[in-house]
Amino acid sequence: MVEEGVLRVVRSGGSELNFRRAVFSADSKYLFCVSGDFVKVYSTVTEECVHILQGHSKMVTGIQLNPNNHLQLYSSSLDGTIKLWDYLDGILIKTFIVGHKLHGLFTLAHAENSVFVTINKEKPDVFQLVSVKLPKSSSQEIEAKEVSFVLDYINQSPKCVAFGHEGEYVAAVRDFYLSVYFFKKKTTSRFTLSSSKNKKHAKNDFTCVACHPKEDCIASGHRDGKIRLWRNFDDDKKYTYTCLHWHHDMVMDLAFSVTGASLLSGGRESVLVEWRDATEKNKEFLPRLGATIEHISVSPAGDLFCTSHSDNKIIVIHRNLEASAVIQGLVKDRNIFTGLLIDPRTRALVLNGKPGHLQFYSLQNDKQLYNLDIIQQEYINDYDLIQIELTKAAFGCQGNWLATVEQRQEKETELELQMKLWAYNKKTQGFVLNTKVSMPHDDHITALCFCNARKSETPTLVTCSKDGYFKVWILTDDSDIYKKAVGWTCDFVGSYHKYQATNCCFSEDGSLLAVSFEETVTLWDSETWELKCTFCQRAGKVRYLCFGRFTCSKYLLGATDNDILCCWNLLSCTLEWSTKLSVRVLEPDRNSENIAAISQSSEGSDLFVFKPSEPRPLYIQKNISREEVHWGVFVPRDVPETFTSESYQWLNRSQLYFLTKSQSLLTFSAKSPEEKLTPTSKQLLAEESLPTTPFYFILGKHRQQQDEKLNTMGNELVQLPVTENIPAISELLHTPAHVLPSASFLCTMFVNSLLLSKKTNSDEEIPDDEDMEEKESDSSDEENDVTEKVQDTNDIDAEEDIIHQLSKSEEKELRKLRKVDYSWLAAL
Amino acid sequence: MGEFRVHRVRFFNYVPSGIRCVAYNNQSNKLAVSRIDGTVEIYNLSANYFQEKFFPGHESRTTEALCWAKGQRLFSGGLNGEIIEYDLQALNIKYSMDAFGGPIWSMTASPSGSQLLIGCEDGSVKLFQITSDRIQFERNFDRQKSRILSLSWHPSGTHIAAGSIDYISVFDVKSGSATHKMIVDRRYMGVSKRKCIIWGVAFLSDGTVISVDSVGKVQFWDSATGTLIKSHLIANADVQSIAVSDQEDSFVVGTAEGTVFHFQLVSVTSNSKEKQWVRTKPFQYHTHDVRAVAHSPTALISGGTDTHLVIRPLMEKVEVKNYDAALRKITFPHRCLISCSKKKQLLLFQFAHHLELWRLGATGATGKNGDILPLSKNADHLLQLKKKGPENIICSCISPCGSWIAYSTASRFFLYRLSYEHDNISLQRVPKMPAFLHAALQILFSEDSTRLFVASPQGSLHIIQLSEGHFKHLHTFQPQSGTVEAMCLLAVSPDGNWLAASGTSAGVHIYSLKQLKPHCTVPAYNFPVTALAIAPNTNNLVVAHSDQQVFEYSIPDKQYTEWSRTIQKHGFHHLWLQRDTPITHISFHPKRPMHILLHDAYMFCIIDKSLPLPNDRTLLYNPASLMNESDIRRRTAHAFKISKKYKPLLFMELLDERTLVAVERPLDDIIAQLPPPIKKKKFGT
Repeated sequence: MVEEGVLRVVRSGGSELNFRRAVFSADSKYLFCVSGDFVKVYSTVTEECVHILQGHSKMVTGIQLNPNNHLQLYSSSLDGTIKLWDYLDGILIKTFIVGHKLHGLFTLAHAENSVFVTINKEKPDVFQLVSVKLPKSSSQEIEAKEVSFVLDYINQSPKCVAFGHEGEYVAAVRDFYLSVYFFKKKTTSRFTLSSSKNKKHAKNDFTCVACHPKEDCIASGHRDGKIRLWRNFDDDKKYTYTCLHWHHDMVMDLAFSVTGASLLSGGRESVLVEWRDATEKNKEFLPRLGATIEHISVSPAGDLFCTSHSDNKIIVIHRNLEASAVIQGLVKDRNIFTGLLIDPRTRALVLNGKPGHLQFYSLQNDKQLYNLDIIQQEYINDYDLIQIELTKAAFGCQGNWLATVEQRQEKETELELQMKLWAYNKKTQGFVLNTKVSMPHDDHITALCFCNARKSETPTLVTCSKDGYFKVWILTDDSDIYKKAVGWTCDFVGSYHKYQATNCCFSEDGSLLAVSFEETVTLWDSETWELKCTFCQRAGKVRYLCFGRFTCSKYLLGATDNDILCCWNLLSCTLEWSTKLSVRVLEPDRNSENIAAISQSSEGSDLFVFKPSEPRPLYIQKNISREEVHWGVFVPRDVPETFTSESYQWLNRSQLYFLTKSQSLLTFSAKSPEEKLTPTSKQLLAEESLPTTPFYFILGKHRQQQDEKLNTMGNELVQLPVTENIPAISELLHTPAHVLPSASFLCTMFVNSLLLSKKTNSDEEIPDDEDMEEKESDSSDEENDVTEKVQDTNDIDAEEDIIHQLSKSEEKELRKLRKVDYSWLAAL
Repeated sequence: MGEFRVHRVRFFNYVPSGIRCVAYNNQSNKLAVSRIDGTVEIYNLSANYFQEKFFPGHESRTTEALCWAKGQRLFSGGLNGEIIEYDLQALNIKYSMDAFGGPIWSMTASPSGSQLLIGCEDGSVKLFQITSDRIQFERNFDRQKSRILSLSWHPSGTHIAAGSIDYISVFDVKSGSATHKMIVDRRYMGVSKRKCIIWGVAFLSDGTVISVDSVGKVQFWDSATGTLIKSHLIANADVQSIAVSDQEDSFVVGTAEGTVFHFQLVSVTSNSKEKQWVRTKPFQYHTHDVRAVAHSPTALISGGTDTHLVIRPLMEKVEVKNYDAALRKITFPHRCLISCSKKKQLLLFQFAHHLELWRLGATGATGKNGDILPLSKNADHLLQLKKKGPENIICSCISPCGSWIAYSTASRFFLYRLSYEHDNISLQRVPKMPAFLHAALQILFSEDSTRLFVASPQGSLHIIQLSEGHFKHLHTFQPQSGTVEAMCLLAVSPDGNWLAASGTSAGVHIYSLKQLKPHCTVPAYNFPVTALAIAPNTNNLVVAHSDQQVFEYSIPDKQYTEWSRTIQKHGFHHLWLQRDTPITHISFHPKRPMHILLHDAYMFCIIDKSLPLPNDRTLLYNPASLMNESDIRRRTAHAFKISKKYKPLLFMELLDERTLVAVERPLDDIIAQLPPPIKKKKFGT
């Protein structure tokens, strides 16, 4: 039983991941990225979202690790606060109220308890970099008003500000200026490139900046694709720079590796370029990243990079330039032509994704499932090219079939049109192209509709076109002597007074097909394709058409473009009711009789949920969005909710999602914001803190084996010595490589440390295999006793303590260890 | 300014020779440049980059190495295996000496300047002691397997680095034995090239050896351990030259792709002592191989196959933004290669190996200002005179009447008599030249073509009386008080009474030809003379200096004229002083005594002494083309009438009152005659 709050419009994921640079945690296990009002914590290994840090009331504009405690994260937001989080537990620790709108956040290890933020002063386009002192206090909310000015007239984007090595200086770029502020000298140097008046250098304005972590070197990216490396900039006269030029278009972001040995750059070419030693000839590429690189960030440990892309994607890249993980959000940089669809199999939201692709987006996990390449052509990234657009898509027959339409129109008369039908292949769990129809109509296809009735034996598809025809396509046998196959062919072509066919819709049982021809709605018998009936309201072109469902299946609804919503009774063939409503979205719920209509008015968009049989709407919510709503869809719930309140009952079976003009995906929720916080998998956080070194793999595995063995013996309390506690190994691991003695010397030490001392070994006779088990069980029993004793003495069962106190039993354990299994050593 | 009919001559098919070596002398701020044909030129960087001296080339001498030693002494080594020392006073070769090691590829003087080191084809490195008048072989270093292409001394003089093929050797000077052999990586982008040629090495005082090689790398080696410290791959083709600044805080390399890279020693962080070499700016001023680079304290100097000498100032070293802060490109020699016979309308073109005589075209048409008139008769190539012997031509002259041609090489003087019969011309060499006439630095005929003036390298001036078919030695002016200063420029007054001669150092001597004795000396000026001429009637001597100053000196009065004093007091326009090519020719209008006509490579100017002088606020250059006279008179009513229509302008002379001849040499035509450059892929093509 869910407590019923006020029904609110909430963002349902799919928000931007590429707004700011992503930030790695100190151990590179987590990746943080800002996403609307939230900060999302992703695992770099599993690509899963571990936490969502919620608390800001406006867009988050910057995140940085706390330099003094790398398990904490600062975030800044347009709501004027800086929040400190414990990202492992997802807890808000503190809130600092600054008061200004914060546009960027920077932290410095040396500037203790103060951070740097970008704020906006008076004029809309003038930004300042200021340092904010964060007062020490135990309270949750602290006012941080102590602001000191650092640099004026900087760019809003945090890409244009970078702090130099050890925080000695800060570099900021804007237009044609590079300003460097030295904290020690408290002076600002400004370097100017020849301005736009000079035609040759018209495009050399700055786009981004990065500072070398070890040296006095500033890298700046420019709009003409050049990268300049500035040195000697503490001298106004002797400053010098080097150019690196590979990008042909604007350099979007720059980042130095942790050691500064290489510089990473990216841009619209979708290629990550690694400049080694900052030399022009020594560069490596990671090409075909799919979309414009917007941001590049480097993990503090130095083993990972990540790139944020314009298609709402973050790629985690290994140091050796191999992409290791992709965190894909909802792709949003394209026009949505297909509208919102629901894949009946996966219940994923389906819409236009990458150019030429359909994306399948899981709403439950807020994660893209996969992309289906529809157009299957190389996408050439060029501004003035007219691309093939994927315009329509529809699922049919419980997700067994997918129909897509793509078009490309270079001139008024030259229309290229193609319809593709995809069959779901159970073996490969994906869609396979079955039939390709080129030019299915002579003009734009306006609607696409499958007959989804369960009883229909042949899958049927109807297409409507502006050429005045609707065509019925059925699946037929296409077998030949080589193989059995099925294919789609045109079965029937219908028209009505040569009006443009604008919409089509099958009734729930599939017996009737409604096709709207401009102002007229025609009804066709789907068995014989006879025209049964026409409705004509003379009230403008029909824009949306849908049949009622279940008990309301005798009703047909149509919305016209002069803002009239009509409902016809199919039994009496009369207009049941009509109302004035400027409908933008008319969406029936598949699991109930409800129909949602979203209308557009001057103030915003309003939602009406109604049953066709009842003139009174079930639910009205005014002003669900300031913007125009373009698409909406009912998504069936996995687990039905039980809202008792009448006005919320329409949300029991399905959830309504809608997409606004600015492409934010919204939905309705009756839960309070706190409740929406779902408990996340805590076990992810409780991972042991062992570093994943090669030794870990060797010894860790070994330890696991031991654990298993011990567990099988029902000996759960025994804690094996951690390899770290063996002095020889810890010495081996912690001594610098160059002072270590020779390997041959170490080897004996190492092996000896894992074995037992010769003395104890020689005391005992090597037992036979049969004896071993007994002995082992004996010894384990003994150990049991010992540990139990220990437990008696101190109640706290901290594992480390046990290990330290196990010194007596250690010998026995080690002996057992010796017996257990060291064949793995030979494998080394 | 006046309207002229202009012969626009573009058939002077002159191609300068490519630059092979460049040597910079810090003490005198002079630059020695050797070209592929063996010519050696001396540029005075303090005198506005004026080419003050040159040594003509020789067929068998191709200079491969050039160096200054002991202050002002210049040595070169070439593929004929000889070491040559040049006499910078007398402008000839002091001596040449066979090094007995096959072709010489490299040469360097010790930091103290007392020793000379050469690297030879046979792999030997030979040490010579520089004595006061000659050089003396001292000893050989350990013989290497292949030719020594580059050499560099450690600034302390104890070690040297020698670049060979595939390896660099470090020698101990005391013992003469190789202490280290540093083998370079032959691979280029993973592909193994056959050989890696070390084109240049530089030894720094901290023991670092910098090498540039044919693989396109600049590498830093530790000479103490013989290990590679750092490697910069900078080009896809050879890196051919390197030069380090005296402070050792920057160096410059030139590549076969025509790019010059600047490396600087910058501190890693502002508060640490640690410094590193960083490639900073690339400069692409050349289209072809940059064979030689030099690093002066304030500028990077580069020269290559594309024949340009480029001087790029280092902005951070330049104190004030003036004249020296501008990039300059020197392409043409700073002397006149063309002489003209006004009477016969003939032009004599001087090339390194031959002379060409052309008759100008003619037209009967008339037209407006700016029209191109159709030719009724095309220009005629009358004569091509090949030089005799292996030496290149130093100077040449055609008499104003057009019937005498004289030219000289470094050891022989030739005089020819031309006779015209309608369209045929016959050429006859005047035999039995006197023994003292074996070489000339400058030749000049008097206005009436009866006398020939020859400036010889020893500093004496010979006057020869010419008459039909034979000649007579009249007089020799000996150089004053034993100074051996060669005269490079001569001018004779149109009435034949006065002869002015100027040497390489400042000072113009005036001789009276009537009395055959020195008349006076124009007061010395700091900058060398680039052109001089004597005006008709007034006998005023007009002298142009390399700092763009123009003086007028009255010979009869033995003092500067009033106009000259005025302009010195007033000062020249700042734009006039900022021109970067010297005035190479001065002439006068016979009917307008107030006019002085002069030109440099990029402009032609008529100075009207009657008009007021421009000050720095007035417009020096005419804003538009010369559309009509009154308009220009109104808008720029000052003494300097400048036309930039013809460029690069090698020669401009008044043929008669209303006719000018302008000889241009477009740079594109020169580039078209050069070998094709290394092809580079250009993005988007």
